[in-house]
Amino acid sequence: MDFTLWDIVRNLLTGLQWTLALSLVAFIGGGVIGLLVMTLRISEKPVPRRLARCYIELFQGTPLLMQLFLVFFGVALMGIDISPWFAAALALTLFTSAYLAEIWRGCVESISNGQWEASASLALTPFEQLRYVILPQALRIAVAPTVGFSVQVVKGTAVTSIIGFTELTKTGGMLANATFQPFMVYGFVALGYFLLCYPLSLSARYLERRLHASA
Amino acid sequence: MAYQFDFIPVLQNTDLLLRGALFTLELTAIGTLLGVSLGIVGAIVRAWKIQPFSAIFGVYVELIRNTPFLVQLFFIFFGLPSLGLQISEWQAAVLAMVINLGAYSTEIIRAGVQAIPRGQIEASAALAMTRFETFRHVVLVPALGKVWPALSSQIIIVMLGSAVCSQIATEELSFAANFIQSRNFRSFETYIITTLIYLCMALLVRQLLAWIGRRYIARSR
Repeated sequence: MDFTLWDIVRNLLTGLQWTLALSLVAFIGGGVIGLLVMTLRISEKPVPRRLARCYIELFQGTPLLMQLFLVFFGVALMGIDISPWFAAALALTLFTSAYLAEIWRGCVESISNGQWEASASLALTPFEQLRYVILPQALRIAVAPTVGFSVQVVKGTAVTSIIGFTELTKTGGMLANATFQPFMVYGFVALGYFLLCYPLSLSARYLERRLHASA
Repeated sequence: MAYQFDFIPVLQNTDLLLRGALFTLELTAIGTLLGVSLGIVGAIVRAWKIQPFSAIFGVYVELIRNTPFLVQLFFIFFGLPSLGLQISEWQAAVLAMVINLGAYSTEIIRAGVQAIPRGQIEASAALAMTRFETFRHVVLVPALGKVWPALSSQIIIVMLGSAVCSQIATEELSFAANFIQSRNFRSFETYIITTLIYLCMALLVRQLLAWIGRRYIARSR
């Protein structure tokens, strides 16, 4: 079967959609869990704090590929039939949450202690202090590094091709095998990721500059 | 039905895992030496705006930092041979790691170089230091000292990222894990042990880099 240039591009665009979908799911899911882990990480009590630290250490100290394999084979062991899509989304969500928790912890800790004390003296509960006083201020600092990290999430999705999730890299691999033109196909694949990631990198840099200008 | 964990078939292959881990460390060591060297060149060229190399390095850094390592690896391993350049699996792995780390360390070290006050370079000239002495003692080592923690983290990220090199059959740690689980069908147990080995390696390399930093780099600041 012959592939025209358009056939290659068309198929890669389909793969790109899955890369985008997986990135979004992982980023949103990772954000929710990351917020939870971050809350535990800054807790006054030693047990949740230590648990959150181990969680972060575990995901930052091991390859994403191993995390994927463990989720993929681990969930299957529980007798649940798991699709590559679900395993990829779950593993990337956990991976993302660990990094976001650590990024956000830095932002929250950069808010001066007086803000906590002042809001405590207004009889807010610790949760209310975080929710109404600290987070709104930390959010401003957190935007730039969070957008910057989203680039890592998009790039991380490439690894899910190894457990058989048909996103951009996997599509590229199949096309390279079918057309015998790996140089061109992987060039296009790289271009696809670049088009997703470069705008994110640029906006992260822009946001960072703007923050420093106003601060 | 409860699953019975059985780690024995994995532990019987400890020698394979250790050999794989050693190879991952070797790849990381070569990749780090060459990658950081490339990064030093790139950082100087970028910080002092030496044209046209500054523009070339600028494009290189953006291209590499905005594409996945796995795609870079496939591009090198499957793409380059079609241009008539044959390279083996481990050479492709090292090349990809060097190119990847080179881009990140260019940006990291550049921040350090730009943080060196101009007056210090002029002061060293006033002390009759040669250009090379100035570069080494006043620019390079203090710049590395400033960014050493960030550089160390990046080196560890590259080491962990090298797990995907098993996909082009580089015989490193995750390749050993794939090989073992394909023979004993104990995939979960195999990957648990392998993940723990990676974790230990990450902690070990972090300690080693911190020691190198204290012993050779931050001390002279």
